[in-house]
Amino acid sequence: MNKPQTYPLAMRVMHWLMAALVLSLLFAGLTMVKSLGPWQQQLLAWHKAMGLIALLAIVVRLIIRLRSETPTLPASVPNMQQMAAKLTQLGFYLLLFVMPLSGYLMQNAAGRPLSLFGLPLPALLHTDLALYGLFREIHGWAALLLVLLIVVHSCAALYHGLIKRDGVFRSMVRK
Amino acid sequence: MRYVLFAAAAGAVVAAAVYAVTVSGRAPVSAQDFVNLQQGDSIQAGFRRAHAKGFCISGEFQASGELAAYSSAKALQPGSYPFIGRISIAGSNPTAPDLRAPVRSLALTILPDTVHQWRTAMNTPPVMAVATPEKFYQQLLAIQSNTVPQFFADHPESAHFLQWRSHYQPTQSYATERYHSINAFYLVDRQGKQQAVRWTALPLTDEAGVIADEEAADALQQEFFSRLQQGPVRFDLQFTLATAKDNPADATIPWPESNLQLSAGTIVIEQASVQQEGACNALNFDPLVLPAGFAPSADPILRARAAAYAESHRRRAREVLMQQVVGGANE
Repeated sequence: MNKPQTYPLAMRVMHWLMAALVLSLLFAGLTMVKSLGPWQQQLLAWHKAMGLIALLAIVVRLIIRLRSETPTLPASVPNMQQMAAKLTQLGFYLLLFVMPLSGYLMQNAAGRPLSLFGLPLPALLHTDLALYGLFREIHGWAALLLVLLIVVHSCAALYHGLIKRDGVFRSMVRK
Repeated sequence: MRYVLFAAAAGAVVAAAVYAVTVSGRAPVSAQDFVNLQQGDSIQAGFRRAHAKGFCISGEFQASGELAAYSSAKALQPGSYPFIGRISIAGSNPTAPDLRAPVRSLALTILPDTVHQWRTAMNTPPVMAVATPEKFYQQLLAIQSNTVPQFFADHPESAHFLQWRSHYQPTQSYATERYHSINAFYLVDRQGKQQAVRWTALPLTDEAGVIADEEAADALQQEFFSRLQQGPVRFDLQFTLATAKDNPADATIPWPESNLQLSAGTIVIEQASVQQEGACNALNFDPLVLPAGFAPSADPILRARAAAYAESHRRRAREVLMQQVVGGANE
């Protein structure tokens, strides 16, 4: 069966929209945990609402992914790099679930009420200090791991797009 | 195309560098700086970095409904609502002597486990000495370096705080103190109309405390626990409404006595327990956990309190988690 050359339109749109959303969430998150600024609370409220949207987005994206034909890497890419690419993708899917879920659960464990645009959301955990510690640390460390993964992924994409020019970069942009 | 992409990549690197410098370098005081300063050199694992010494309380808030016209918050409609709370003293030492603390606190989470929950952390001083987090940080530095008189001389806005301090007589019981919200908030009615307020918990008893042992570190805690065995401890939660002359964003200035004052209801404390076993230990009494019907004022200290409390909460939660993991492994 012939594999497509590019990712389907739905996946390309999801990829770039989520890239913008996730980068904004990461910058907002890393800033607001340090800042004493008056806008900090506004950013926090925005981060929580957008984080919930990111959770919905990754569910939708996974469904699209499982139902789509996706391009394979060209045979010119060495086996080790093929493996690394697969691991990176797996890491992204995992972290994009871990981030919003740990964020949600840490709010539950801190006993803080959550709502999305005024709609109250259920607490899945009881209030507990150690559980808060667990999910707060997961949320913080997974964010750093995600930043690292984005750097690796961007470098690899630029390497393919600018130096190798083997169609790997184009499969996610298609001019 | 190649150059455009290079330019984009270079731009991203520059943006990241600018971000790193502004956030880590120029930013005057971060939540981490604050908590580092508060915890000092001897870290008390698992305890709050400020107000480490305290105990849990619970009971109910009997709302009068007098403020229902100003706010849609459930806790201000007539009725009885459960709360979890904490009484504490200032400082980072969880075994500090109660009677030597300069500041005492009463914190409440009314209607926990609901979307209507309202958290408030009230202290004995009615005002702050300074109005911004940066200056408050400098004040903490001055306390540590014993240069407080100079600090107050350099900050004339501390006059009201100093005046309060010169008259303040700590009582012999947590039950007979007055606890203030310090920062202002807005009440929001169903039409979205805002009214700036502050609130104070006023003791409903003047029965002096009987201190069994003046030397005991837990002297006030013991007094409160034995007082509760005689019956509940009550406070009147009194709201003061701002007028056009009052600035809700400045916590250094008291509001005139002539302002309208309304009683939101009675805080009835029924039970107390040591904090490690109480429900209050898992809670961060973040004054910005507000239900619909309340809104924060623009007071910069209020925003900074939320950020610093969150960092303290993260640190002690991590320590308790590690204690449980290590403890579990040793069993």
